[in-house]
Amino acid sequence: MGVPEKIDTENLVELHNLKEYFPVRTGAFSTVPLKAVDGVSFNIRAGETLGLVGESGCGKTTVGRTMLRLYKPTGGEFYFDGELVTDKNIHRLRKQMQMVFQDPYSSLDPRMTVEDIIGEPLDIYHLYSSKAQRHERIMELMELVGLNAEHATRYAHEFSGGQRQRIGIARALAVNPKFIVCDEPVSALDVSIQAQVINMFEDLQKKLGVAYLFIAHDLLVVHHISKRIAVMYLGKLVEIADADDLNDNPIHPYTLSLLSAIPIPDPKTARASKRIVLEGDVPSPMHMPSGCPFRTRCRYATEQCAKEMPPLTDRGNGHSVACWNR
Amino acid sequence: MSSKTENMYKDTAAGAGSRAVDEKVLENEENAILSVRDLHTTFHTDSGEVHVVNGVSFNLTRGKILGVVGESGSGKSVTAYSIMQILAENGRVTGGQILYKGEDILKYNKKQMDSFRGEKCSIIFQDPMTSLNPTFTVGWQLREALQLHTGYKTRQAANARAIELLKMVGVNEPESRIKQYPFELSGGMRQRVMIAMALACEPDILIADEPTTALDVTIQAQILELMKDLQKKLGMAIILVTHDLGVIASMCDEVIVMYGGRVCERGTADDIFYRPCHEYTKGLLRSIPSAGNMKKKLIPIGGTPINMLALPEGCAFCPRCANAMKICLTQQPEELEMPDGHFASCWMNVKEAYEEEHNGKAGA
Repeated sequence: MGVPEKIDTENLVELHNLKEYFPVRTGAFSTVPLKAVDGVSFNIRAGETLGLVGESGCGKTTVGRTMLRLYKPTGGEFYFDGELVTDKNIHRLRKQMQMVFQDPYSSLDPRMTVEDIIGEPLDIYHLYSSKAQRHERIMELMELVGLNAEHATRYAHEFSGGQRQRIGIARALAVNPKFIVCDEPVSALDVSIQAQVINMFEDLQKKLGVAYLFIAHDLLVVHHISKRIAVMYLGKLVEIADADDLNDNPIHPYTLSLLSAIPIPDPKTARASKRIVLEGDVPSPMHMPSGCPFRTRCRYATEQCAKEMPPLTDRGNGHSVACWNR
Repeated sequence: MSSKTENMYKDTAAGAGSRAVDEKVLENEENAILSVRDLHTTFHTDSGEVHVVNGVSFNLTRGKILGVVGESGSGKSVTAYSIMQILAENGRVTGGQILYKGEDILKYNKKQMDSFRGEKCSIIFQDPMTSLNPTFTVGWQLREALQLHTGYKTRQAANARAIELLKMVGVNEPESRIKQYPFELSGGMRQRVMIAMALACEPDILIADEPTTALDVTIQAQILELMKDLQKKLGMAIILVTHDLGVIASMCDEVIVMYGGRVCERGTADDIFYRPCHEYTKGLLRSIPSAGNMKKKLIPIGGTPINMLALPEGCAFCPRCANAMKICLTQQPEELEMPDGHFASCWMNVKEAYEEEHNGKAGA
């Protein structure tokens, strides 16, 4: 299969209609597909950060993992640097795309020293010609993420959460990737440490020109780090826009309520603002509502919403929204 | 710093500070439903005694929401558990007083304590799944609290009251919900059930230990609104323990900031957010993304979180403080009153007060 002509060469990442269904056993012989990701498309340019937000269970993590083929996608195409990603070339392409995981405790092997953890990708891709060169590269990476050279011989459990996350980032950077999927990289960290790690992500981007897909549920953090933000609800992309634009002029009713639900760390603003409190819970992804998945909690919902999922349409300035009524 | 100046700092702190504290304590105690004085809690572990709470004092005013904020390991949850006397087996309160309406609950016997828990003071936890019993229905668990502590002794009466409570916390179809098990409910619903259980005996004090941390933002907003409404309706006092400054800002009347098992600063929400007087609070506020610093770089607090096994001799925050002075290394700062019931324990304030006085005199 050749590369289609529509590929925009400026986009490092192009995701078309990505689908990921997990079979869920409901009886002895029957399974129901759980539509974790249902037709998600977006682009990321080289050196850019796209924030991906949504509540737990909306499929944001699955998007990241499916892009790197940690799960086999059910449908859709993913072009990386103009090349269609398949099972055959994923090993080679993972040299250019890496991942940083949420939990810095379970994503590092407790039996490996820091040097071996960071060195593992170098081993896999044979990125050194001598032991000395390997060591030198590891030291360089550790310095890049703000770890001391004497940390190299220690084990992961000897470090605090923030330092562990630095180790995970150094491991991702080892192969000089162009693109990193950051899956909730700061949500397990204390507030005072979060800022350190966020700043590091920003500095590394400036220095190395790496693009991020920054997945998180904390909208303030995402807004701070991202150039553009995509909002997901129950496996679907409902809105994508420039970060400031999304924050100032949210259009989709879900984005509106999400933004108004964030507790703002400023008592006067908090007292003055009126929350749009959403009624009810997120529906189970196994019994998805027909049409627009948000209609059960949406105050603008009409008959049309029950019939058909609204398409993501451009409302100008690259601000796209999937809603019939707004 | 010379020893002379050091002494002067000490004098200012001990003199001006503690006198102000004494007067304030007396004044506040009248309105305080719960007042914690110099609380110390330690845990016995294989690596030695861990001093988790080191001299925490605060007053909880009747019908107000008090926020306790700090990072993990700052002792905020342990303070809450010490009040409820539900510490793990290796933990114990080693000093201080916890006065409920003037009575020291640390002197209560088991029976008195049992009636204090539940009837006077209730707690809800972070994770509603692990704090509800998975083997009993929601109704059974609600009835247990009601039959133990209140006049609803019969099954029918307790059941009716349970339904009433579930309705109050906004659980839909309460009649069928009470027959369900916790696993059948969503996270937000479980937290509502927890709140209903906590309110079953109409306590004076509700302790909420990170009540929304495990929930999504939109569900968090629902639960916070619910807690605010119930607080207004029932007039109880709430101690809200959280690490989220956003939650504090939108919920609390008064706030205490904890670090390393000590109170760094306490005051009204406005004091803490607009006039922070402790280097840790200032650092914390600078390090969070907010509307004002979206385009700017965040200013993080340097260093790593505190190791409770090796607490520094002086100010606990000193190893991470950009403005630390010599005295911070060796001496714990006294609590000093900033204007109007706003207290902070930071040597910087002593230094500033001294310099102001000094410069003022020099100018005149």
